[in-house]
Amino acid sequence: MTYFTLSLTLLFVLIPLLLAYFLKLGIEKDILVATVRSVIQLLIVGYLLQFIFDQDSPIFMILMVGLIIFAATHNARQKGVNYKGITWKLILTYVTIEVLTQAILIGLNITPATPQYVIPISGMVVGNAMVLSILFLNRLTSEVEDKQSEIELILSLGGSTKQAIHRQLITSIKASTVPTIEKQKTMGLVQLPGMMSGQIIAGADPIQAVQFQLLILFILLTTAILTSIMLGFLSYPTLFTEQMQLKQTFK
Amino acid sequence: MTETVLSLDHVSYTVDDLSIIKDMSGTIEQGKITAFVGPSGAGKSTLFRLLNQLKTHTKGTITFNKEDVLTIDPMMLRKKIGIVLQEGVMTPGTVYDNLALPRQLHDQTLSEEEALSFLDKVGLEARFLKTKAKELSGGQKQKVSIARTLVNQPDILLMDEITSSLDQVSTQAIETLIKKVNKDDHQTILWITHNIDQAKRLSDNTWVLIDGECRYQGPTDKLNEATDQTVIDFLEGGDES
Repeated sequence: MTYFTLSLTLLFVLIPLLLAYFLKLGIEKDILVATVRSVIQLLIVGYLLQFIFDQDSPIFMILMVGLIIFAATHNARQKGVNYKGITWKLILTYVTIEVLTQAILIGLNITPATPQYVIPISGMVVGNAMVLSILFLNRLTSEVEDKQSEIELILSLGGSTKQAIHRQLITSIKASTVPTIEKQKTMGLVQLPGMMSGQIIAGADPIQAVQFQLLILFILLTTAILTSIMLGFLSYPTLFTEQMQLKQTFK
Repeated sequence: MTETVLSLDHVSYTVDDLSIIKDMSGTIEQGKITAFVGPSGAGKSTLFRLLNQLKTHTKGTITFNKEDVLTIDPMMLRKKIGIVLQEGVMTPGTVYDNLALPRQLHDQTLSEEEALSFLDKVGLEARFLKTKAKELSGGQKQKVSIARTLVNQPDILLMDEITSSLDQVSTQAIETLIKKVNKDDHQTILWITHNIDQAKRLSDNTWVLIDGECRYQGPTDKLNEATDQTVIDFLEGGDES
């Protein structure tokens, strides 16, 4: 696609912009900011990836993955301010998921250890983990706030902190993973996944595109479950004091 | 001579520079019913949470059977000093599930026969055992709450305003139950009430808490002889809330 052709796609920005202006929706500025940001961010990433692919060095590849994990952590940690040490808990979760995924993919020769494969897959894996962790932290916080009398009841009967929070942890894990599982159920029926569509548009064999998409879907399923469980078990102790009391921030 | 099971020595509890319990001292006697009365915000519920360490006091010492509560494993302490919470909170499931909960928390089981004996103790019929807990009335929930706490066989039973939202019939039933548990099992009972007449009817001793301070502590039948003006004002105010 040439830059001229690309510039023609701005028509798809112009349509909502004009509609927003004439209908006085008040979202014109947001549309412009989103457009400019996406153009700049994606172009930078494009050139960055081009540079990394040209270097063919594992160091740049690892640095790029590190940058992805840093950005995801920075974004998700704002939802976990009530959880002491949330930054390190998120980093540990994302790094574990990334290492596990790449170990299986590269170790079993499913994908090669080249930046062309490692970086996009890492982006999808960590990106999904980031969304999952935000959903999980939001849900756990509201569960603890809503069900504090139930949590205190179990503590008051001599239960441990893990027993006290068990029901809320399970509910939060289930709630945060439901979108991933439900999306997977309707995959191909309601929508064609972005990566698969991209490959088909770029001229790839549809069956091969489907194979890659299935690979990603299965990885994302592991990511979803693992993120919630790991973050849950890392986070819940910070909700309680050493004397096994629910911390004041949640009351 | 009556044995002291619980004692407070200059206990305070402060949160964000707000003093909720102020320099409180006193003792609780074994096998007696002690009522805690006082206006809303006097610190009664907070005091109960300090006693079984759902909160930790910021100053002073609380001793249970001559042992500092801070040195006792919280899980063990909460079994020994059981609390019935104000709201009558039920966990999802049946009445049996709720009664079995304290045992499950310690990897033990509660037989149906034992569960029925606890129901009987609190005056609930056997048919309630398989009833969904959320379908119970307020009074029935409170009775199940008491039975559930009793499953742990606590040395001290704390009851936090458990009759405040109940009708007269349910309140009377709970009062009878408290008397029965105290008489039959020689159970030490501490309970919070807004109702001074209720305290007079049921308790051996009374503490009057006003603005985080204990302004009267002694036999309930001598409450009218209190000389502290804030206590006199509170007693004259009656059922203040």
